[in-house]
Amino acid sequence: MSDKKLILSVRDVKVHFKVKGGNDWPWTPKKTLKAVDGVSFDLYEGETLGVVGESGCGKSTLARSILNLIPATAGEIVWMGRDLRQGTEKDWLAVRRDIQMIFQDPLASLNPRMTIAQIIGEPLRVHRPELSSDEVMKRVRAMMVKVGLREQMINRYPHEFSGGQCQRIGIARALILEPKLIICDEPVSALDVSIQAQIINLLKELQREMGLALIFIAHDLAVVKHISDRILVMYLGREMELAEKHALYDLPSHPYTRALLSAIPIPDPKLERSKQIQILQGDLPSPINPPSGCVFRTRCPLAEAQCAGERPALRRLSADTQSSCLLA
Amino acid sequence: MSLLQVNNLGVQFQTPDGLVSAVNGVSFELQAGQTLGIVGESGSGKSQSVLAMMGLLAKNGKATGEALYNGQNLLTMSPKQLNGIRGDRVSMIFQDPMTSLNPYLTVERQMTEVLELHKGMTRREAKKRAISLLEAVRIPEAARRIDMYPHEFSGGMRQRVMIAMALLCEPEVLIADEPTTALDVTVQAQILSLLKDLQRDFGTAIVMITHDLGVVAGLCEKVMVMYGGRVMEYGSANDIFYQPSHPYTIGLLGALPRLDHDGSELVSIPGNPPNMANMPKGCPFSERCTHVSELCVGTLPPLAASAANPAVLRACHKAPAELKPSVEVVAHV
Repeated sequence: MSDKKLILSVRDVKVHFKVKGGNDWPWTPKKTLKAVDGVSFDLYEGETLGVVGESGCGKSTLARSILNLIPATAGEIVWMGRDLRQGTEKDWLAVRRDIQMIFQDPLASLNPRMTIAQIIGEPLRVHRPELSSDEVMKRVRAMMVKVGLREQMINRYPHEFSGGQCQRIGIARALILEPKLIICDEPVSALDVSIQAQIINLLKELQREMGLALIFIAHDLAVVKHISDRILVMYLGREMELAEKHALYDLPSHPYTRALLSAIPIPDPKLERSKQIQILQGDLPSPINPPSGCVFRTRCPLAEAQCAGERPALRRLSADTQSSCLLA
Repeated sequence: MSLLQVNNLGVQFQTPDGLVSAVNGVSFELQAGQTLGIVGESGSGKSQSVLAMMGLLAKNGKATGEALYNGQNLLTMSPKQLNGIRGDRVSMIFQDPMTSLNPYLTVERQMTEVLELHKGMTRREAKKRAISLLEAVRIPEAARRIDMYPHEFSGGMRQRVMIAMALLCEPEVLIADEPTTALDVTVQAQILSLLKDLQRDFGTAIVMITHDLGVVAGLCEKVMVMYGGRVMEYGSANDIFYQPSHPYTIGLLGALPRLDHDGSELVSIPGNPPNMANMPKGCPFSERCTHVSELCVGTLPPLAASAANPAVLRACHKAPAELKPSVEVVAHV
C-alpha cells in the first residue's frame, strides 16, 4: 500500500451526542451518547475500505462525520493534507466536490418532485455553475448510460423506478462530479439478491474505470468481502479490528470478528449444518453507559480481568492486521 | 395424511388497474416436525401465500385452491372457525417485531389473552405459562420483564417475545415470515438456534419464509423457490443447493456474495423482477433468463418432476442437461 497516495486520514474521531433519557426530570443533566468514540484509519487512492458492524455500532455516524453532515466532536479528518475540521463551510463545499455519498434507502434519498435529469444534474449546477445547461444535460446523459439507465428515462420521476434503478440514479448523482472518494452507506442492503449483485458489480467496474476510492459501509460481511481491500470492524463506536481482507477472513484476530463471521449463514446445507456457531450471549450494551475497558468484554467468551481495566487501543499484530484485543 | 397440505393455492387482488394475480398454483405438503423453506425476492408471492392460508389477506384479496390442515380447508372457513385454529394449532411469526406487537399492551396482557381465549385458562395460570415460555426463548428475568411494554425490549428480544407468543399453545405448524430479516447477524444466529431447539423439543412443523438462502440451508429440509408468484423449483435442500436445475435458482445462487469462496465477479441476473400487473405471457422468468427460447416467451412451463431427478419439481421448458454449462460456472465462483 505504501506506493499509493494517502488521500484521507482519520485520527481519533469522536462523535458524541447530548441526550435526555425518557424518564429524566427536566433539570436532570443531559447524558453523553458516544456514537463514535476514537476511530482512526487511513485511506489510499483507489482503495476500498469496508466498514462493518451491527446496528448501533456507529458506522453510519462515522461516515457522515467525514462529510461534516454530522459534525465530529473531536479528532482530525485530514483530506489531501488539510485538516477539514478547522475549515469553514466554504472549505467543506469544495471538499464535497471530491467526496460524494450514496445512501441506503434508494428511493428516500431522491427528491420525489425532481426528474432524474434534475437529480443527477444538481451537483453540477451547485459545484460547476460555469457549465452551460446543454453541457450539463450532455454529462447527465453520458452518466446515465454509464450506470446502466436508458437515456429515454431522463424525464421520469423517482417513483417510476424500481429499487435497483433508484440506486443506479444515486450512483450517477454521486459520480457526476468525478469525485475521488465515494462513501457508500449500506448501498445494497435494501435490494434483492439478484439486484444487489448488479449494483456491486457496477460499483466495482466504475471504481476500476475511474480510479475511485470507496468507503463501503455494510452489515453484511459477505458483501463487504466481495468489494473491499481492507476492512474495519466496529462495535459500540470503537474499532475492534482493521485488517486486509484475506487476513480478516482467514485469521480473524478479534473475538468479535470471529463471532460475527461465524454468525453468517452459509448458503450450503452441509457446511452450514456442520459449522460451529459462536453465539454471543446477551444484548448490545447502551452507548450512553458503555462497559469500562474493552467495550466487547461483557459478551466476549474470552474476557479476563485485565479486559475491564484500561481501554485497549488498536495495535499492530502483523503487517496486515491491527486489533484492539488485549489477548490477541 | 399430511399435517398441512396446500393444493393449487392462488391469490388474486382486485386493484384499480384490474385483477392482479400475486400467487398461482402453489402446492406443498408438510409433515409433523418438518421444515419447509420458501425463498424468493420481494414480490415473488411468498408472504401472500401464507397470509392467504391464515385468512389474513387484505380486503381486496381473494384466495383460491385448497389449504388443508388435518383435512379441513382453511380457505373456506368462517372467521370464527379459523380463530379456533390460528394462534392455537397454526401460528405465525411476523417480520417486524415492533409493528406486530401491540404498543399499548404489556407483553403479559398480549400473551395471556391468547391462552385465555384458546385454552380457557385463568389469568394467573396463563401468566405462569407465559413466563415459562419467555424463559424457554431465553429472555433473562422473564418474571420481571413480562410486565414491560414492547418498546422496552430490544429488537432481538421483541422477536423472542413474538416467538414465545406463537408457541404458547404448542402449535403443530409454525409459519415464520422473514423472522430474522430485521435483525443483526449475531442476533439472527441466536434466534435461528432457538428455533432449531424449539423444533426439537416441541416437534413443531415450520414453514420458513425468507430471501436469505443461508438461513434456508441451515434450517430447512425442503425448499421451494418462488418467482413472479409461481413455484420455479421445489425439492430437498441438498438437491436445490447442490444440483439446482432451474435457471432462476442457478442465478440466485450465483448472485450471492459468499464467505466460503473467493470470487471476483458475482454472476448477476440481468434486468428487474416482473411487474405483477403486467406479467409475461409465458414463463415469468423469461425476460431475465439467459436460456430463453420462443417457447418460454409464449407458453407457461408446467411444474413437473425433473427428468434428471424425479424428487425435484421444476417449471422450465429446458431439460436440466441443457442448463448444465452455467451450473459448472456457478460451481467455480
